[in-house]
Amino acid sequence: MTRIFVAGLGAVSPAGWTVAAMREALELGKSLPAQALVDLPVSSTGLMARLVPAPPTRPEFLSHPRLRRTSPITHYAASAALEAMAGIQPARLENTRVGLIVCVQSGCVQYSCRFYDEALKNPATASPLLFPETVHAAPASHIAVLVKNITLVTSQVGDPSCFLLAMAQGAQWLDEKRVDFCLVIGAEEPNWITADALRLFDRTTCISAGAGAICLSREPDPSFGVELTAITDAHTYSFVKGRGRAALAMRNQLNDHSDNKEADLLCDGLGNSPQVDRAELAAWRDWPGARLSPACILGQGLMAGAAWQCVAACDALAKRRFKTAKVSLVGFNQQAIGAEFQANDTSR
Amino acid sequence: MLFPVASSPQDPVRVVVTGAGIVTALGAGWRSNSDGFRAGRTGFRPVTLFDVSRQRAKTAAEADLPEVLPQTRLDSRRLGRLDRAGRMLLLAAHEAWKQAGWAPAEDLPLILGTTAGGMMLGEAYFRRALENPVSRRGQAFRAVCYQPQVQARLVMEALNFSGPISIVSNACASGGNAIGQAWELIRSGQTTRAVAGGFDSLCEMVYSGFDSLQALSTTVCRPFDVRRDGLALGEGSAVVMLETLEGASRRGANILGEIIGYASSIDQHHLTQPHPQGQTTKSVMKSACASAGVDAEDIGYINAHGTGTVLNDSSEALAITEWAGTHAGSLPVSSTKANIGHLLGAAGAVEAVVCLMALREQWLPPEIAFEIPDPACKFPVVHQPQDARVEVALSNSFGFGGVNATLIFRRWE
Repeated sequence: MTRIFVAGLGAVSPAGWTVAAMREALELGKSLPAQALVDLPVSSTGLMARLVPAPPTRPEFLSHPRLRRTSPITHYAASAALEAMAGIQPARLENTRVGLIVCVQSGCVQYSCRFYDEALKNPATASPLLFPETVHAAPASHIAVLVKNITLVTSQVGDPSCFLLAMAQGAQWLDEKRVDFCLVIGAEEPNWITADALRLFDRTTCISAGAGAICLSREPDPSFGVELTAITDAHTYSFVKGRGRAALAMRNQLNDHSDNKEADLLCDGLGNSPQVDRAELAAWRDWPGARLSPACILGQGLMAGAAWQCVAACDALAKRRFKTAKVSLVGFNQQAIGAEFQANDTSR
Repeated sequence: MLFPVASSPQDPVRVVVTGAGIVTALGAGWRSNSDGFRAGRTGFRPVTLFDVSRQRAKTAAEADLPEVLPQTRLDSRRLGRLDRAGRMLLLAAHEAWKQAGWAPAEDLPLILGTTAGGMMLGEAYFRRALENPVSRRGQAFRAVCYQPQVQARLVMEALNFSGPISIVSNACASGGNAIGQAWELIRSGQTTRAVAGGFDSLCEMVYSGFDSLQALSTTVCRPFDVRRDGLALGEGSAVVMLETLEGASRRGANILGEIIGYASSIDQHHLTQPHPQGQTTKSVMKSACASAGVDAEDIGYINAHGTGTVLNDSSEALAITEWAGTHAGSLPVSSTKANIGHLLGAAGAVEAVVCLMALREQWLPPEIAFEIPDPACKFPVVHQPQDARVEVALSNSFGFGGVNATLIFRRWE
């Protein structure tokens, strides 16, 4: 099997529009302030969210004609994608083929709600400008125009565990030499309906939004020196195998696989939400190493949150704070999947 | 482990279909659909699932679902978690599973394409939140069960298998890409079997969306006809059971056909419009043929994407004509969207099963309403029921966002 390396990272989060901003917030370790969602329907008053701040300056890519009518999910995903590609030397990108996999859970929910609301009021005046942007594939389509040399694209929907399925698919594309780089992106945008739905299951959960991007490559990148070493099986939930058992099976498989038995960094999905966190807490109860829980700081970012976990883990390795990092993704209603990354000095 | 996995075998693995299930407006099951497509029947009628009185278009190809679902491991309470789309998915998956004769399994990938999943439940959530803000009754159920991965999990439970679930959402190419991605997994040696397909039900938001774009026909859906005025929506599901030829042969399985090629490409021209000259369509057909080791001359039938919109059909017609070259004049093409409408995320999967039917039973599905070809069509559009000797069939699927898919099937004798 081909070895797979990380060539670049990108992030947009409630901490800001870069990986550095996210890193800084995670290092501070304080939950970012939540804001009340505005423009809510009557039923959803009092919904709070950790929102992505406005960028300090308007990103240049937003002036691209294709992004004229796009919603925030595309802006976040595009920014993360461009940041992940920005560190790669132009010479490495010449005559290359880039794959793109965009994963979402709620997806383009802002325009979906707006369009359906308009259609209910009067379908004759529902905006045809909104509808195409409700499609899950829209962000990937726009990014394919912004990022050079994209030749292979797919979009996936699912719970946050899908992000690692997408990483595995990207690794497969690279192994089969169908692409030379593969961008894997997780993204979400804030909306009252997502916050409203999450509140049904846990009133302590604070929704957030943004995107995370990882660029994978077959060649080690001198500026990163991070290698993807393992992605576990998908431990799918069933009536007999609930989240708890699936999470434990994932953890055990990750431990069994690991050459490095030393506990280093665990980047988990805990988010100060007792009900949602229970299975993952139990599975990793005796973890002796360092822990990083981005959702506690940034909020519940759904697919973006899964991407932040992976980005934060890789960033910590790139900064040589740890030698190995495990990522635990215990999805809400689909499957539990884990991954391991290693700092790779030989690639430096 | 999903990674690392063993390197791909030097010789790609051959992949065959040993089970296929289908639900459309023509019926539930292979036989009723095969009879319907062969005769060129259509399934359009006034929409009854939601109010279309204020829409431009009024019809769609609604499926009649049986009141009683097949006996599976799901009890009535759990069956109640399946919405209309999920019920169609279960019907198709159950038919395919039984046909393949597979035993309960762990680590069997399920790859499904959809655009809307259980959107009817999502719509109901939205309406309830606006109309009856105090009552939260049923909202948790709607919030969970509208998600396509939950519908997929229920189907796994029903048929007693488990494994990674991938939901491909490449708009109207989702079903084709789902089957293609499953084919790639087997061909590269990462698994020996996979379940793949697509599902989508009609729903108010999507119907309103296409109506707002004025993309829906207000007359008759007539792909490639010069008088075409838009697409018609439909609903349905199709599921195929894919396995290695070696495995299928070893267990003496009934092979329905072989998938010999697949390719996907990205059309960057526009979010909703194809490249007017069909550049990406040409390249995806070329790539699929290259992966199959065949040329345009080897293709005996094309099940076109053929939505019935002016832009899609002219672009696809130009692409097929240029790609096929001198072979175009004798290459039969049709779009079964003329019969069952556009099934969006299910379209590519349903059309894959139609190709398997045509190859297995040696006929071509006609577009009965087709009369006058668009000048761009230099190929014969099948418009009368006809038997035919077909060895290799190609199916195109294109979607909003520009992700295209082409699948190539070979007859199994």
